Amino acid sequence: MFTLIAVFAPLVGAILAGIARPFIGRAASLGASVAFMLVSALFAILAYRAGVQAPLHLATWFHVGGFTPDWSLRQDQLSLVMVLMVSVVSMLIHIYSVGYMAHDKTPQRFMSYISLFTFAMLMLVTANNLLQLFFGWEGVGLVSYLLINYWYDRKAANDAAIKAFIVNRVGDLAFAVGIALVYFTFQSTQFDVIFAGAAAHAGQHYTLFGTSLPVLEIIAFLLFIGAMGKSAQIVLHTWLADAMEGPTPISALIHAATMVAAGVFMIVRMSPLINLAPEAMSFITFIGATTAFFAATIGCVQNDIKRVIAYSTCSQLGYMFLAAGVGAYPVAMFHLINHALFKALLFLSAGSVIHAMSDEQDIRLMGGLAGKLPFTCAMMLIGSLALIAIPPFSGYYSKDAILDAALAAHTGMGTYGWVCGTAAAGLTAFYTSRLFFLVFTGKSRAPKHVQDHVHESPAVMLVPLLFLAIGAFGSGIALKPDFIGANFQSFWGSSIAVAANSAMFHMEDISSLAKMAPLLVGIFGILVAVLFYLLVPSLPGRLSQSLSPVYKFLLHKWYFDELYDALLVRPSLKLAKFVWRVGDEQVIDGVPKGLAAITSDASAQAVKLQTGSIALYAFVMLIGLLVFVSLFIWVK
Amino acid sequence: MNQLGFPILSLITYLPLLGAFIIATLSGDEAKIACRARAIALGFSVLVLVLGVYVWTQFNTGIAGYQFVEAMPWLSGINVEYRMGVDGISLFLILLTLVLTPIAILSSNGIKTRARSFFAAMLLLETMTIGMFAATDFVLFYIFFEAVLLPMYLIIGVWGGERRIYAAVKFFVFTLAGSLFMLLALVWIWRHLGTTNIAVITHAAIPAHAQMWLFLAFLAAFGVKAAVWPLHTWLPDAYGEAPVPGTIMLAAVLSKMGAYGFLRFALPMLPNASYAAEPLMFTLGVVAVIYISYVALAQTDMKRMIAYSSVAHMGVIIIGLFTFTVEGIEGALFQMLSHGLVIAGLFICAGILTARGQGLTLKNLGGLASNMPVFAAALMFFTLANMGLPGTSGFIGEILVIVGALKVNFWVSLLGGAGMVLGVTYSLVLVRAVLFEKYARPELAGLKDLTGREYAMLLPLAVLVMWLGVYPSSFTHAFDAPINALVQAHSAALNPHMALAMVTAK
Repeated sequence: MFTLIAVFAPLVGAILAGIARPFIGRAASLGASVAFMLVSALFAILAYRAGVQAPLHLATWFHVGGFTPDWSLRQDQLSLVMVLMVSVVSMLIHIYSVGYMAHDKTPQRFMSYISLFTFAMLMLVTANNLLQLFFGWEGVGLVSYLLINYWYDRKAANDAAIKAFIVNRVGDLAFAVGIALVYFTFQSTQFDVIFAGAAAHAGQHYTLFGTSLPVLEIIAFLLFIGAMGKSAQIVLHTWLADAMEGPTPISALIHAATMVAAGVFMIVRMSPLINLAPEAMSFITFIGATTAFFAATIGCVQNDIKRVIAYSTCSQLGYMFLAAGVGAYPVAMFHLINHALFKALLFLSAGSVIHAMSDEQDIRLMGGLAGKLPFTCAMMLIGSLALIAIPPFSGYYSKDAILDAALAAHTGMGTYGWVCGTAAAGLTAFYTSRLFFLVFTGKSRAPKHVQDHVHESPAVMLVPLLFLAIGAFGSGIALKPDFIGANFQSFWGSSIAVAANSAMFHMEDISSLAKMAPLLVGIFGILVAVLFYLLVPSLPGRLSQSLSPVYKFLLHKWYFDELYDALLVRPSLKLAKFVWRVGDEQVIDGVPKGLAAITSDASAQAVKLQTGSIALYAFVMLIGLLVFVSLFIWVK
Repeated sequence: MNQLGFPILSLITYLPLLGAFIIATLSGDEAKIACRARAIALGFSVLVLVLGVYVWTQFNTGIAGYQFVEAMPWLSGINVEYRMGVDGISLFLILLTLVLTPIAILSSNGIKTRARSFFAAMLLLETMTIGMFAATDFVLFYIFFEAVLLPMYLIIGVWGGERRIYAAVKFFVFTLAGSLFMLLALVWIWRHLGTTNIAVITHAAIPAHAQMWLFLAFLAAFGVKAAVWPLHTWLPDAYGEAPVPGTIMLAAVLSKMGAYGFLRFALPMLPNASYAAEPLMFTLGVVAVIYISYVALAQTDMKRMIAYSSVAHMGVIIIGLFTFTVEGIEGALFQMLSHGLVIAGLFICAGILTARGQGLTLKNLGGLASNMPVFAAALMFFTLANMGLPGTSGFIGEILVIVGALKVNFWVSLLGGAGMVLGVTYSLVLVRAVLFEKYARPELAGLKDLTGREYAMLLPLAVLVMWLGVYPSSFTHAFDAPINALVQAHSAALNPHMALAMVTAK
C-alpha cells in the first residue's frame, strides 16, 4: 500500500501541475507537484521500513493468447531500494527546481514533466514483468526527450532531443525483440516465471545467423543492447552529452541519478537469467570497462561544465556494468546508489554555478568562484571527492569494490576490466580536479558584467544540496555492510541472484597492492591536475599543441558523431529523398502512369461530373449494380 | 432472428441513409443549408453511435461466430441471401466507423460550398462502410465494398485540394481495378460452392491450386485498399488532396477495409495459399515498414507525411495477420483500431492548421508550441501514440505483432519492429517542424489555440487512445473467440493430424 502511494503520488502531481494550472494558478500547481513528491518520498521511506512484501497486483494489462502481462508493483528488496532512492532524490530535485526555474516562463510545465518522469521511473523499478518495465523504460525516455527539448525554441535542444530518442529507440528495439524472445521461450514475461524457469531453459537453443545458439545468451544480448541505449554505453552513448541541453535539474535527476541507471537496474533485475549467459556477461564486462575508460578520456578535455560531468556519468555507468558483468550485482547496485547521490550533488552544484554565472557553462570563462560561492564550492568539493573515490567518501567503497571484483573474477575479461577501470580512476581524478580548479580557484576569467552578478543561490536550492552532500559523504560507510558486506545475501534476499562462482565471494582474495592501486592512481591523477591547473597553468596549452592529434581525437569525442553522421545520418536522409522521388514517384507510380491516357480522359470527365448532382452518381451506381447482377444471372 | 429480435444492424446501417435523404431535401440559402445539413448529419451519426454502443453492451464475447444475425431471402433465384451479423472481428471496426463519422462531421465546418451534397455523401459513406463490415454474405459485402468508393470519390473530387481530380481518379481507378479481381473470385466461389454465405464459404474446402488464384485476386483487391506496398501510391495523393473529413474517413476507416478483407476472406478461406504466401506477405510488410518510413522522412508536407506513416503501419498489420498466431493476428486487429483513432487525431491536428488558413508545408510552420500549447500537447500525444509509446494504443498492437512474428521468424520480428526506430525519426521531425524552434513566419504567432469544437473532436479520441493503451482487455477479449477459432482452423487445415492431437490433448 505504501508503495502504491509512493508510485502514484507523482502522477497526481504531474497531472495537477500540467493541466490544472489555469484553474488553480501557478503557485498552487507548482506547490502541488512538490507536495505530492514529498508524499511520495515519505511513503517510499515507509515502504522501505515495512520491508519486502508480495507483489501488489493492480490489473491485467492485456490478455492475448498466452501473453498476459499485468499492472503490478513488485516490492522486493531491489525494488524498495530503488523506489527509496528515486523518490527521495527526485523530491530533493523538485525542491531545487522551484528555485532554479523561478525565472522560467512555464515552470509548471517543467514540474509536471519531472513528476511524470518520477512516476514512470517508479513504474519501471516496481515492475513485476518485463512489459511493465518496458512501459516505464519508454516513459522515462519520453520525458527525457521532452525535457531535453524543454527550451524548444533552440535548435541545439531539438537536435539533442531527437538524437536522444532515436538512439534510445535503437536499443529499445533490441529490448522489445528480447522481450518477445523471452515470451517465446518462457511463455510469460512475469519475472517469477522467468527466474524459476531460467535454469530449465539453459540448454535450449535458438537458430540465428544460421547457427544454433543458446537462447538465454541471445536474450541476454538483446536485453543488454537495450540497456546500452538507456545507460549510454559506448556505441550508443552519443546522446548523453548532447542531452545536457536540458535544464540542469533534469541533468541531475534523469541523466545522472535515475534514468541512465535504469539499464544497470534492468541487468541486475534479470540477474538469474544473465548468470546463465556467460558469453553475454563477458560482453557486458567488455562494454562496461571500455565505456568507463573511453568516456573518462573524453571528460579530460571537455570545456563545458555539464559535459564534463555527463561524460563522467557515462564512465561511472560503465563501472556498474563492469561489476554486473563479473556477476557482482550487489556491488553494481551499491555504486548505482552512491553514484546517484554524489552525481546529483555534482550536477546540482554545477547548476548553482551556472545560475551564479548568468548561464555561462564554459569552465574556461570561470575561475576564482570559491570566495563568492563558498557553500556551492564546499558541496562541489564533497561531490568531487566522492567521484574521485577518496576515503571516506562514498565513491571509494563502491568503485574499489567493483575493481576488486573485476580482478577477483580471474578471467581475461575481468582483468581487462580492472585495467580499464583503474586507468579510468586516474582519469576521473584528473578531470574532476581539473573541473574543480578551473571553476573555483585562480582568478576569474569571466567578463566584467558576469562577475558583477555572481551570487550564491537561494536557500531553496542550497538545502537540497546539503542533503545530497550528507548522502554523498555517508552512503558508502552506511550502506556497505548491508549492500556488499558479509550479510549481503540476507539483505538482498531473492531479489538478486548472485551465482555461486561470482567474484562477489572472492573480493578479498587479491593482493594488497592491487587493492591499493586505484586509490594511488587516483591520487596521482589529482596531483597531475594540481600541476596542470594550479602550479604551471601554461602546461595544458603547450601539451595540447605538442600532442595535437591525441588532443583533437579526444576533443572530437573519438569521432563517433562524425562517423555516425557520415555513415548513418546523411546517407539516410539521401536514401529517404531517393526512395521517395525515384522509388515511389518514378518506378512504382510509373506503371499506372503508363496508363496516363485513361487517367487524363477520366479526369476530363470528372470535371464534368463535378457539376452534376448526387442523382447522377446514384444513377451510375445503379448501372454498376445492374451490370453486376446481370453478370450473375449470365453465369448461372 | 437474433438475440434482440430486432434487426439492429440494418437499422444502424440504413439510418444514416435516411439522414442523407433528409439532407437532400433541404432547401434555403447556402449558409443555412450548410448549418442544418451539418446538424442533421451529426445527429444521425451520434444516434447510430449510441445504437452501436448498445450492440457492444449486448455482445457475447464467448461466441466465435456471428451474432445479431439477420437473414432474409433476397436474390433467391441465384441463392443469395441478405445476411448481416457481427463477430468479435467486425464489432470494433463498426464501432470505429461509428465513432469517427461524427468526429469527421465535426471537422467539416470548413465545407461551405455544396454542403448539402457533402453531408449526404458523408452519411452515405457511413452506411456503406458499416454495411460492408456487417455483411455476412459475400455478394452483399461486395456491393457495399464497391459502393464505398462512390461517396469517397466525390468527397475527394469535389471538395479536395488543388490536385483533387488527379487524386480522385487515381483513387477510383486503383481500387476499382483491384476489386474487379475480387468480383472474379466472387463469381468463382459462387459457381463452385453454390453459396455466398460467408460463414459457410470460410469453412469450405477449396482445392489448393484454386486457392492460389483466389488468393492473388484477393491480394489485388484488398492489397490496393490496404495500400500494401507497392500498391500504395494512390494513398498519399488521396489523403493529401481529400478535405480533412474525407482524409479522416479514408485513413481511419476505409484503409481498414483491405486488412479486414484479408482477415475475413483470404486467411480463413485459403489456408494453404495464405500459408504459401506468408514469405511474400512478410516481405511486403517489412518493405512497407522500412521503405515507407524512409519515404515519410523525406516528405515536405504535413498531411503527406502522416499519410506515408499510415502506409508504414499497414505493413505492421499485414505482418501480424500472416503470422497465424493469436498474438500476431490480435495485434494486427488491435493495430487497425489503434491506427484508426491515432491517424484521425493526427489529421484533425492538420485540419486545425488548415482551418486557421495555414498551409501544411512543413518549412512554413514551426514554433506553434508557444502560442498553441494545447494543440501542441494534442499533436505530441497522437504522434507518440503513432510511434507506439507504451501506455497508448499504438504500443499494444506493435508489441503483439513483434511477439507474434517472433514465433515465426526472428528477422521478421526485428525488421517489422524497425518501425520503432524509423517511426520515431519521421514523427519527431514532424512535431519539430510544426511545433518547435522559431516561427517560420511571423503570422504564425497570432494563431489561436483550440476552440471548443476542436476539443470535442480531439478529447474523445485521446481518451480512447489511452483506454486502448492502458486497459486493452476491454477490446481484446472480444477478439479471443473468433481469432482462436481462426488460428485453430488454420493449423487444422494445414496439418489435420497435428490439430487432432491438439484437440485430444485438451
